Amino acid sequence: MDINMTLIGQTIAMFVFVWFCMKFVWPVIIEMIEERQQQIADGLAAAEKGTRALDEAKGQVDELVGEARQQARQIIDQANQRANAIVEEARTGANQERERILNTAQSEVEQEVNRARDELRNQVAVIAVAGAEKILSREIDSNAHRDLLNQLASEI
Amino acid sequence: MATEGGKTTAGYIQHHLQNLQVCPTEQGWVWNECSGNFMAVNVDSMVFSVLLGGLFLFLFRRAAKSFSVDKPTKFQAAVELIVGFVDDSVRDTFHGKSNLIAPLALTIVCWVFLMNLMDLIPVDWLPELAVLMGIEYLKVVPSTDVNVTFGMSLSVFALILFYSLKIKGVGGFIVGELMMNPLNPKELGMPKIFWPFVMVFNFVLETVALLAKPLSLSLRLFGNMYAGELMFILIALLGLFQLPLHFGWAVFHILVVTLQAYIFMMLTIVYLSQAHEHH
Repeated sequence: MDINMTLIGQTIAMFVFVWFCMKFVWPVIIEMIEERQQQIADGLAAAEKGTRALDEAKGQVDELVGEARQQARQIIDQANQRANAIVEEARTGANQERERILNTAQSEVEQEVNRARDELRNQVAVIAVAGAEKILSREIDSNAHRDLLNQLASEI
Repeated sequence: MATEGGKTTAGYIQHHLQNLQVCPTEQGWVWNECSGNFMAVNVDSMVFSVLLGGLFLFLFRRAAKSFSVDKPTKFQAAVELIVGFVDDSVRDTFHGKSNLIAPLALTIVCWVFLMNLMDLIPVDWLPELAVLMGIEYLKVVPSTDVNVTFGMSLSVFALILFYSLKIKGVGGFIVGELMMNPLNPKELGMPKIFWPFVMVFNFVLETVALLAKPLSLSLRLFGNMYAGELMFILIALLGLFQLPLHFGWAVFHILVVTLQAYIFMMLTIVYLSQAHEHH
């Protein structure tokens, strides 16, 4: 219970221990702990950044897909329009062709009819003249009545 | 065990409370005949306290050396826990920049804890072993030696004085800190004629308060551990009934051991942060 030199010894020991702790123990450990804390904080920040990047990428993907879809729709629309135009054009061309062919055929038919009619008329005139000649025998001069006969033929 | 070998109960208790001492006299170095000799050294206290302090530094130095940021071992995690706890305590209380206070607090809390922990070793084991080895006395708990606790608290006191003088200057500490508090004659608007009386009054009050710091710091630790040790010794005298009692007291004492180490550390931080503060 007496106070004695142990007091001094303990004081010296205390200062030595504290000095040692201050020099070789505390700074090393606390530096490592702070490094660890920094690493953890960095890791969390990186994870958050990764999540954000992923979200961004997802947004971009959505945008790209939307764009592609729209382009596809446009292309289909254009193709449809083009097909309609082609069909329309073909129809118009065909109609015109049909008209032209019809017209040609009609005019040919008319020409044929006219020619046939002329021929018929001539033949009728000839037959009429021949008939009349036979009926009237020699009394009718074919030259003198040619005008009359021609007129008759044109009236047929 | 109480009266074993012809010892009386009082003798048994006294034997347990006697330090192993060595001191220089006219006849050379003498063992255990040192009552009242200031040059005496309590060998057991010194050996155990230095061993325990060395154990603390060895363990923590090893942890520091093999510290791995990526793959912490379990021991490293435990060390980190303690260091982090001390660091938080220092940061909460001390708001300056000091390379000393945190390591000081760590050393104190671990060292005092280990010294107190010696109390949980059954009281007869080491002293009886020592007697078998021819060593007459052995007191295994260094913190039940008033020299040890005073050695630590006076070291803290020296640091308090050092930092007070360093931060506040000689005049700032003696006049500003010790004489102008707690009754500040300037703020109270006293006539100059009364100032010396108030300052002398303050000085006496503050000096007592200052000196009470190391005294209370060491006596609190010493008193708690000494009383705890004495209880263990008394319980050991009870024969068979000591078993449940010893267990109960030991469990309770774990709390005391930890609490006293924490209090010593916390008060050291508080005192030193007061020394760093400007008024």
